[in-house]
Amino acid sequence: MSVQKENSMVKQKQMLADHFMALSEAPMTGRKVCYTFVPGNLTELITAFDMLPVYPEINSLQSGMRQRSRDFIREAEDAGYSEDVCSYVKCDIGMMLQGNIGPTDQQLPPPDLLLLSYTGCFVFMKWFENLRHLYPKAEIAMLHIPYQADGKVEPSAIEYIKEQLRTEVIPKFEKVAGRKIDDAVLAQCMNRSAMAEDLLINVFESARHRPSPIDAYFGGVYYIGPIFTSFRGSQACVEYYEELWKEVQERVALKLGPITPDGTFTEKYRLVVEGPPNWTNFRDFWKLFYEHGAVFVGSTYTRVGGVYDYGFRHSAEDPLKSLAEYCMGCYTNRNLPQRIDLIEKFIKDCDADGLVINSIKSCNSFSAGQLAMMRDIEERRGIPVGFIETDLVDPRYYSYSNIKNRLDSFFQMLEQRKELVGKAVLVS
Amino acid sequence: MSVFLGIDLGSTTSKAIIVSEKGSILGRGITNTRSDYNVAADIARMDAEFNARFSMLRNRVIQESGTAESWNDLFVALENRFHYLQFERRCDSLSAAMKEQLTHSRNGEELRTALDDILLRVRDLTRAKFFEGRVSSSSEFFRDLFSAAYMKELDGLDRAIFDTLTGVYDRSINPVENQVVEFDFKTLTEEAISLLPNTLANSGAKIAKHLPEVIAESLKPEDYVGTGYGRQLLPFEKQHIKSEILCHALGAHCYFPMTRTVLDIGGQDTKAIQVDEHGLVTSFQMNDRCAAGCGRYLGYIADEMSISVGELGPMAMAAERETNICSTCTVFAGAELREHLNLGEKKENVLAGLHLAIVQRAFALLARSGGARNEFTFTGGVARNKAVVKYVSNMTRTNYGDLTINIHPDSIFMGALGAAMFCLRRR
Repeated sequence: MSVQKENSMVKQKQMLADHFMALSEAPMTGRKVCYTFVPGNLTELITAFDMLPVYPEINSLQSGMRQRSRDFIREAEDAGYSEDVCSYVKCDIGMMLQGNIGPTDQQLPPPDLLLLSYTGCFVFMKWFENLRHLYPKAEIAMLHIPYQADGKVEPSAIEYIKEQLRTEVIPKFEKVAGRKIDDAVLAQCMNRSAMAEDLLINVFESARHRPSPIDAYFGGVYYIGPIFTSFRGSQACVEYYEELWKEVQERVALKLGPITPDGTFTEKYRLVVEGPPNWTNFRDFWKLFYEHGAVFVGSTYTRVGGVYDYGFRHSAEDPLKSLAEYCMGCYTNRNLPQRIDLIEKFIKDCDADGLVINSIKSCNSFSAGQLAMMRDIEERRGIPVGFIETDLVDPRYYSYSNIKNRLDSFFQMLEQRKELVGKAVLVS
Repeated sequence: MSVFLGIDLGSTTSKAIIVSEKGSILGRGITNTRSDYNVAADIARMDAEFNARFSMLRNRVIQESGTAESWNDLFVALENRFHYLQFERRCDSLSAAMKEQLTHSRNGEELRTALDDILLRVRDLTRAKFFEGRVSSSSEFFRDLFSAAYMKELDGLDRAIFDTLTGVYDRSINPVENQVVEFDFKTLTEEAISLLPNTLANSGAKIAKHLPEVIAESLKPEDYVGTGYGRQLLPFEKQHIKSEILCHALGAHCYFPMTRTVLDIGGQDTKAIQVDEHGLVTSFQMNDRCAAGCGRYLGYIADEMSISVGELGPMAMAAERETNICSTCTVFAGAELREHLNLGEKKENVLAGLHLAIVQRAFALLARSGGARNEFTFTGGVARNKAVVKYVSNMTRTNYGDLTINIHPDSIFMGALGAAMFCLRRR
């Protein structure tokens, strides 16, 4: 069955095609290329130097969705990367070892700059160490983001990041780009980013409706595509979110739920999810939920690039301070109690029936503490929590029967609870 | 009479429970799970039905005579004979299949004669075992009983004959085991009564008198639920299938309403389940990717040591200390076992170490689910193993303090009971 495509999806596809075309032509056009990571990324800064970003973890997830990751991971394991290494890393390295052909089957250019913004994930540093060996000519800029261990952003941390941007990162950009930063472009980007962020938060908060017009997880990963990757700060990005918001409002007016690969379905359970989705079996994985009538009304994964739920917006007023705050606030840089608070906020705001934790086998930094989070949410909200394990892009760790078995039990727990709430045995 | 049926199709055994509309257990049935899950479920259901009819018979006889004394023992003897007759009928099918295999053998006639003699002795041996009450109804099934006696009889035979007859059995047992053998309760019970010692002839007649009314009772379930590892393969509609997590929790709640944590160690699943005061699951954890902390581990070890699973626990209980078994893998544990034995370690100590290793693994899972809370109910086939129970009790005390630990003789039936109780709850 072909997937129903909305205008926003078509638009996003075109944006990606244009971006990968620009990347493949970079060696001819002379545009410089910056490899960097999604969490707390500095897209506005990259754009202000007219450089093109490449996000290795996005390439990995695309390879997973395109069933290429198994081969890339094998390639990396042949090269000596062990079974326990993050599968995003192995998929990315494997892809590079096989010629760096990207998700659109076009050649990706080598990096001119490796920008390591170090937020929460401890693997990033090792990953780029390895990229440095693969691309010895690339310049390296490192931006250290202090982890929010105490659950708050200290002014000194902001100053520390601003200082690094001023004295390390921007000079490195200037060296690679061969020009000074364009402050006007940066300011324009920051303003457009804020506009797109307002629209995205509208889309996310639409999940408070019944039925929810969006799936904040399986649809959400598409919704965050433009804002967390190469497009934040661009006019195309603002237009994408205007289109998306229009579509969502139409669905709200018509009381329609999200569109799945099998069409629409009747909402029965409203869930919140912690953890990234599995990419190699994305549709199968999604189906395991919508075939039970489950829709995700909140997801923490769609906040890994940045958290806008507490009011943060990019601002042109003091761009470096704004970038610093953005990096500090992204989901992977928050401590466990903050992550639990955000999950609880989603559950309360959207009146969710349960929480699902998809723990990722090869992601130690993100999966650590999820059992404690699970217990805390159970205690705070008294709702069922389902715990499953998959992997990002290593298909060897996707066990359909194990996941289905656990989810069947989880949905029956939800059903049982609903029945008893209906009989007033339990107070909802 | 309205009755409700719960079926738990586990990876090792299939269980069935029939409950009355008041929730009391009328009958239990259990058999080994085999490749045809429907047959396993059918046999378990049939056995539960027979068990229920025996309960009805006993109740009527006791009501009439006004005393339970002597009748309980008599009924045990009667059921043992009934089960032996079931064994005999299945034996007939297996014998026919085995002889058929020999039709085209070069020395077929000679082998068939030898086989006939062996099969007669198999029946004699097994009959004695049943009549003397030495058969465990929850862990020794047709395949186990037949193969134990048969292999004993083959022992010492000429190598060529041994190999042929072993092969004949190996090729026949699976197809025969996957056939449903229909039994007529009345005929078999009458026959079983006739097998009671002469001194009990009068009592037998009293029982036979009530047979017609008991047979007239319909045990067709008003509702039924299937659960367990193989539940999706049961020919049941969706509303008749429930997750084993919920069924085990509800089963444990029915026996022990104060249960807040359930640890179930089954054949290839270990489950740690947190339960609320209504018997509802609040969270659970299951073993993933590896079955090292499960019953199959014990089965594998028993095979490695050429003893039955039932002998493992008592042997481990005779240990002076636990050998340190560090392997977390069933297959590697076999290698460790041989290594320790080669080094001269006493097998009791090694076995104790293996039992402790299972429990340690199960407790790691329990910790993942939030630990043990009061009351803590331990279920599953492995809960019948005394050594496992010892280590579970010790570790519970050490890790979680002085909790009430519930272990019920029916613990292997918890899932089936929960399934049957689901029917009642949704009435």
